[in-house]
Amino acid sequence: MVGMMRTLACLMMLWWLGIQVAMAQLAIEITGSSGRQIAVALPYLVNEEALPQSLTEIVRSDLERSALFRVVDVGWMRVPEDLIPDYAALTQRGAEAVLAGSVYATAPGVWEARLRLFDTVRRSELTNRVVQFNAGQLRAAAHRIADLIYEALTGVPGYFTTRLAYVVKSGNRYELKIGDYDGSHAATALVSPEPIISPSWSPDGHQLAYVSFENKKPVVYIHEVATGRRRVAANFRGSNSAPAWSPDGRKLAVTLTQDGISQIYVLDLTLNRAFRVSRSGSIDTEPVFSPDGQWLYFTSDRGGSPQIYRMPATGGDAQRITFEGSYNVSPDVSPDGRALTYITRIDGRFRVVYHDLTTGYRQILTDSERDESPAFAPTGHMIVYATEVGGRGVLAAVSTDGRVRLRLSASGADVREPAWGRLPR
Amino acid sequence: MGLHLRQWMVVMVAPAVLAACSSTPTEEGNVGVSDRDVAASAVASGSPSEALLAEIKNPAHPAHQRSIYFDFDRYEIKPEYQSLVVAHAQLMQKYPTVKVLIQGNADERGSREYNLALGQKRAEAVKQALAALGVAAERIEAVSLGEEKPVCTERNESCYAQNRRADILYEGEF
Repeated sequence: MVGMMRTLACLMMLWWLGIQVAMAQLAIEITGSSGRQIAVALPYLVNEEALPQSLTEIVRSDLERSALFRVVDVGWMRVPEDLIPDYAALTQRGAEAVLAGSVYATAPGVWEARLRLFDTVRRSELTNRVVQFNAGQLRAAAHRIADLIYEALTGVPGYFTTRLAYVVKSGNRYELKIGDYDGSHAATALVSPEPIISPSWSPDGHQLAYVSFENKKPVVYIHEVATGRRRVAANFRGSNSAPAWSPDGRKLAVTLTQDGISQIYVLDLTLNRAFRVSRSGSIDTEPVFSPDGQWLYFTSDRGGSPQIYRMPATGGDAQRITFEGSYNVSPDVSPDGRALTYITRIDGRFRVVYHDLTTGYRQILTDSERDESPAFAPTGHMIVYATEVGGRGVLAAVSTDGRVRLRLSASGADVREPAWGRLPR
Repeated sequence: MGLHLRQWMVVMVAPAVLAACSSTPTEEGNVGVSDRDVAASAVASGSPSEALLAEIKNPAHPAHQRSIYFDFDRYEIKPEYQSLVVAHAQLMQKYPTVKVLIQGNADERGSREYNLALGQKRAEAVKQALAALGVAAERIEAVSLGEEKPVCTERNESCYAQNRRADILYEGEF
């Protein structure tokens, strides 16, 4: 009896440890770069010591991990925003730009960062901003500052304030997590002994739809992020899966099998009724709305092999989009509606594709073996996907020109099913 | 970059726990009767589903086997499984109120959602076969687990073949 209790206690400790390891923050490894990096000086802000946590360190980390920036070491130099920077000293250290700024306390527990970004070569101001925050909003403020610098220097919007949802599997335990763009500081939305797949963000970032197998069959749930409450969105007879929000947030496209085969329905969330929109005797699944809400892109094997098609969002004739290869699945549409990403199988290997809809030209962005579930970042310039390294599931991201690659991996756990959404701030 | 506090806790505590857990336990006494044996020896009574499940527990029963296996990319029930389908249909006719759940599965290659749809086709094929033998379709729900609940995880043809299957579950098991 004592032996059994001891074994039980040991097992519980190991189980707890396993969970702690699995909950370890995702780590970013940059596996490729675009070559030329922009050198930026990010000295500590004047009076930054007054903050509970360093703003500058988060900004530096965000920009370095984009692989497009190199942070120049300026030692303990401070550059207040109300003076002209020492351009000579900065260019001598290799900096092309510098963020000048100070932190002011405006009320107890509330601060204001007054910032100016200067081009040190042209010796001119690029942009300026005042950012207000309290202790709880400090990280979000730092990500906004990183976005500002990123856009000012690359011309492309930053993605540092976006949210990433993903699933972690450790043994027989599945967790749906929601974190920063890099998966860090993730809160757990759901823990289940059964699989969770296909998370999908509502356009306003307040809700997450997903598929859970806790009822021994796939059922679609909608989870309210702020409150942690959830409701069943689709539990029709048969399987319910592949949720995808309409751009106005009022409808959810889903795959249902209530008519005997996987077909696409649009669930009107206000009326709580599902309307069938695909009409084939084959598998139609993985629907995704175009950004203007007019079209549904989806996977169908009506032509004999799984390919990407497009049909009006209210139903109607479908048009085939992919003609190269015998297996093209899992489409996502870019925020401007001009491109798709999807998975193609070549020689038994599953890889991420970027497909320009206007030219029909497609580029294979990865050289891995088992990529799945690609999704565009809300900025449209990166694609996150799930892949495998060393037998373990990891998340990765690649720029749409294929040149910048990031890997996000958690030690000891299997990470999969990324969904990249934006939380309005 | 340093480790976070939680990670340090794991690093420091883990060796002690592992040492404690791997040391030889003192004698615990006999292994004893498993829970399953105890349940089987209890009298199965009352509901039809309990009676049905008790009946097919016997390995000699024609409906003892619950899994039907499929060829790669196929959903047709092979001739070798026809008698098994008939045996289950007869069982269902014997217990006409017991509900049935058929879970279809697929091997892990490719998209999760597409594999969910493939698994569904297998479950539907079994449901159609049972309906053709006279079982009321309304009592059978066909669903898919896709690639999410594999019975093995090796990346070889033998394991893939084990996962290309549909399982028949009876009320009380879901």
